[in-house]
Amino acid sequence: MSTAAADDDVLVRVEHLVKYFPVRAGALIRRTVGQVHAVDDVSLTIPRGKTLGLVGETGSGKSTLARCVAGLIPVTSGRVSFDGRDITGLSHGAMRPVRREIQMIFQDPYSSLNPRRRVGSIIGDPFAIHKTATGAERKRLVQELMERVGLNPEHYNRFPAEFSGGQRQRIGVARALALRPKLIICDEPVSALDVSIQAQVLNLLADLQQDYGLSYLFIAHDLEVVRHVSDSVAVMYLGRIGESGPKEQVYGSPRHPYTVALLSAAPAADPEAAAGRQRIILAGDVPSPIDPPSGCRFHPRCPKARALCGEQEPQLEVKADDPATHLTACHFPVEAGENLAAAGRSELT
Amino acid sequence: MTLLEVTDLTVSFATADGVVRAVRGVSFEVEAGRTLGIVGESGSGKTVLTQTLLGLTPGAEVTGRALFDGADLLALSENEMRNVRGARIAVIFQDPLTSLHPLYRVGWQIAEMIRAHDKSVSKKQATERAVDLLRRVGIPRPEQRVHDYPHQFSGGMRQRAMIAMALALSPRLIIADEPTTALDATVQAQIIDLLLRLQQESGTALIMITHDLGVVADIADDVMVMYAGRAAEKASKRDIFYSPHHPYTKGLLESIPSSSAAGGRLRPIPGSPPSLINLPSGCKFHPRCAYVMDRCLAEEPLLRPVSRDGYHASACWLPAQVAAVADAETAGAFGPEGSVAG
Repeated sequence: MSTAAADDDVLVRVEHLVKYFPVRAGALIRRTVGQVHAVDDVSLTIPRGKTLGLVGETGSGKSTLARCVAGLIPVTSGRVSFDGRDITGLSHGAMRPVRREIQMIFQDPYSSLNPRRRVGSIIGDPFAIHKTATGAERKRLVQELMERVGLNPEHYNRFPAEFSGGQRQRIGVARALALRPKLIICDEPVSALDVSIQAQVLNLLADLQQDYGLSYLFIAHDLEVVRHVSDSVAVMYLGRIGESGPKEQVYGSPRHPYTVALLSAAPAADPEAAAGRQRIILAGDVPSPIDPPSGCRFHPRCPKARALCGEQEPQLEVKADDPATHLTACHFPVEAGENLAAAGRSELT
Repeated sequence: MTLLEVTDLTVSFATADGVVRAVRGVSFEVEAGRTLGIVGESGSGKTVLTQTLLGLTPGAEVTGRALFDGADLLALSENEMRNVRGARIAVIFQDPLTSLHPLYRVGWQIAEMIRAHDKSVSKKQATERAVDLLRRVGIPRPEQRVHDYPHQFSGGMRQRAMIAMALALSPRLIIADEPTTALDATVQAQIIDLLLRLQQESGTALIMITHDLGVVADIADDVMVMYAGRAAEKASKRDIFYSPHHPYTKGLLESIPSSSAAGGRLRPIPGSPPSLINLPSGCKFHPRCAYVMDRCLAEEPLLRPVSRDGYHASACWLPAQVAAVADAETAGAFGPEGSVAG
């Protein structure tokens, strides 16, 4: 993926990123009994002014990856470069100016805002922390931000409880926007919102990207939402990227069996499409990331798996006839017109 | 055959802030063996509606009638209701972790449920039936898993166990309240597939409550769209998706990022749903409606037929032919004089 884009156009470059969490046991003597392989050798790039969508199910490591990119947790190995600078080994103090440029929006607008603080002071926090504005100046900036994200600036002194879910997410957006960051990491920003409100927030994010040239790392489990907002998409499964590329490629001609299954599983709000679709029902659940399967991590659930898949880990690479930006980690990629549904049905379901 | 006939159901709760009018005069029917999808956003009253049918809203002020198999559910005593709940109407909730008891084995909980309704079944027989049920819903090695605790099951398996429990007494009707919302896409597909298959096998009627129009498109026969405690629109699945009449239904469909609109701007419904304590005048949707007319501010429209066969009904003052036009740009073309009541 990185070879395609010239360095000036790349805002974030993640190279061979690994993040393990130790699993400890024992009441008195704590010892490490295993590792959660949350993110395992992931490389990707986020171009300036563009959106990279990250899809994957629970436990695929997408949120951990986001936290590593934001510098919120130390990485086990690998490199994250932001704006041409390696930020993985930075001290807390050296990281501080970088933090202004990377902001996050979280899933739950109810738990990510302090209920006892007034909205104006919540949105003004970044100015206070980075000591960039005080007093009347800060209030003016906060009210400008509130206006920009579609909140009434007169509600400066209200508490979060006085706002609806969609408005609270706008507060989160205003706070993230305060220091004019270059990258906003959106971790499931609309999944807690009702459909009609979700569309309002997605439009707001699109407007802000256009006006300020923001880059987004957009994490969501809703494939239609990701398709709508993203320029390129990476599909994660158990800590690894299974497939990545421009969204037209990944959605239009997916090569990884997991991507195909995921796309077929997502319910489309269209009865005719639903009736005509061959849904691929994957057997079983996602395995534990403490002890991921050998070889290709998807092989125990894959309708196309053969002996090789259990033995050898497939590399993320360009498959025959695909453009150089479309990468797939699979020994037996799906061909156009291939029907996985017949092979995918387990005898149990 | 009509299995459940709800007429003019009203549910309100007295709270410190005022009376919450959660459900305001909803009528619908569920035919035996069919699936009714109830769609609505938070606060539309869809969950309160079905919980009231099962007597699960203590302290609520309830009026109306709900005939199930000839008996009025709303008039049953607590004891009579206990014989209906679980045995003839089963419920599957959104979060299987909170509906399974964490300290009892999964199999024990299913067996207990069977024995609670039929004392003649021995413990051994009930456990055997629990194993059979777990096998039916696709739990691998059910003879062993029946002895597991809920935390040993994954999210998808817990939801399967809940479905097994719902099926245990061969109910006539299953109410599924957002059964797949907490699950990942591939697991959601497994569960929907399972529900569809079990329904075909057993002929059970299903009420599917969801905010996800994709799930409705997959599983429902008929759809009722709720807004602010009322049915905004009722129709066959096809009519709801391809010729919606109510501006709220249209707005919901247009809010979904679909492949056709990829990259373009979404068309959200402006504003947010009203407070159920302080409802707006007239049509409760009028503050957010692109088609609003003078009449909408004063009078609340009732559900009336908008198709020739009368099956497609909408609570909106707009004339019926608007359904065919179905485009916001033409909204201005309909003046107040076009608002013919049905």
